[in-house]
Amino acid sequence: MAQEAVHAGDAQQPAWETIVTDWSSDKQTFRVPWGKAMMWIFLLSDTFIFTCFLTGYMNVRMSTTVPWPNPSEVFGLDVFGVSVPLLLIGIMTFDLITSSGTMALAVNFGYRRDRGRAAALMFLTAGFGAIFVGMQAFEWTKLITQEGVRPWGNPMGASQFGATFFMITGFHGLHVSAGVVYLSIVAMKVLRGDYEKKGYEIVEIAGLYWHFVDLVWVFIFAFFYLW
Amino acid sequence: MAAEGQQHPLKIYFVIWGLLFVFSAASYFTDFLPHNAFRQGLILLFMALKAGFIVAIFMHMAWERKALIWAILGPPVVLLVLIGLMAVEGDYTELKRLDFFSKPLVPSGHEAGHEAEAAR
Repeated sequence: MAQEAVHAGDAQQPAWETIVTDWSSDKQTFRVPWGKAMMWIFLLSDTFIFTCFLTGYMNVRMSTTVPWPNPSEVFGLDVFGVSVPLLLIGIMTFDLITSSGTMALAVNFGYRRDRGRAAALMFLTAGFGAIFVGMQAFEWTKLITQEGVRPWGNPMGASQFGATFFMITGFHGLHVSAGVVYLSIVAMKVLRGDYEKKGYEIVEIAGLYWHFVDLVWVFIFAFFYLW
Repeated sequence: MAAEGQQHPLKIYFVIWGLLFVFSAASYFTDFLPHNAFRQGLILLFMALKAGFIVAIFMHMAWERKALIWAILGPPVVLLVLIGLMAVEGDYTELKRLDFFSKPLVPSGHEAGHEAEAAR
């Protein structure tokens, strides 16, 4: 009740004062379910990990005196004899964006207590995630067996290419794989009606993780594949 | 209480979804541009737009209270310091490598020869 009163007083309070009010006087800071606050803090730590990886990649790419392999050619695919640059990576990007959309819809249907649709959309999201990991496995196989890329060297140029590529996309792929398992478990529990009493915040929390995985891919796509 | 949470009309999700597809396509097509500052600017622009919409709308950050927004989006700003430092460091390392790799392993010439001799 007291919180409602503070909420109502927001209109008169400047933005800065709402922050001070929320962080002070020995009470709950984040007015969201604790699981959601914890997921955000976990994602914050994950942001630091991925940024460290990408910064390390930037550093070795800047400092090497050997030309960097051209990602546009390395990740190109031959379609009926025509070489299309970055084709597989483009498809993977659209796959993840699609899965982000189905996840956002799942959150919405969860809050509407439409269990069937929420669970179906989560399974669909997990399916897109599984397809993504499958395409990544194909990409890695092609790179290792046909292009001869190794963590310690490759025929196209700077040897740091393989090391950073396998580390960054590998860590991201691990996140996608974990997300597929996480979403499937939550979707199963949603379908079973486990959250009828507790409410469906869990779908939003799982969704936060999934959108974050998509978010990381946005940065990897920009800095590793396009730059 | 349990039924409350981030509930918004479905339309906004479809609009943002569409926009993300457009920006993804646009960033894919930057790959056909020549490697220059313009291309890099476009890559960063589309990246920022995509990241912004995902965080603000799909992750509902736009509707959260400022206490949470600042606690989560504030700390990553310090990462810019790390990125800046490592950019300077990478540049410096490259210059040193260009400098040292261009010299022969055993210095030749009268003066250098003596120095190498002394070093042994």
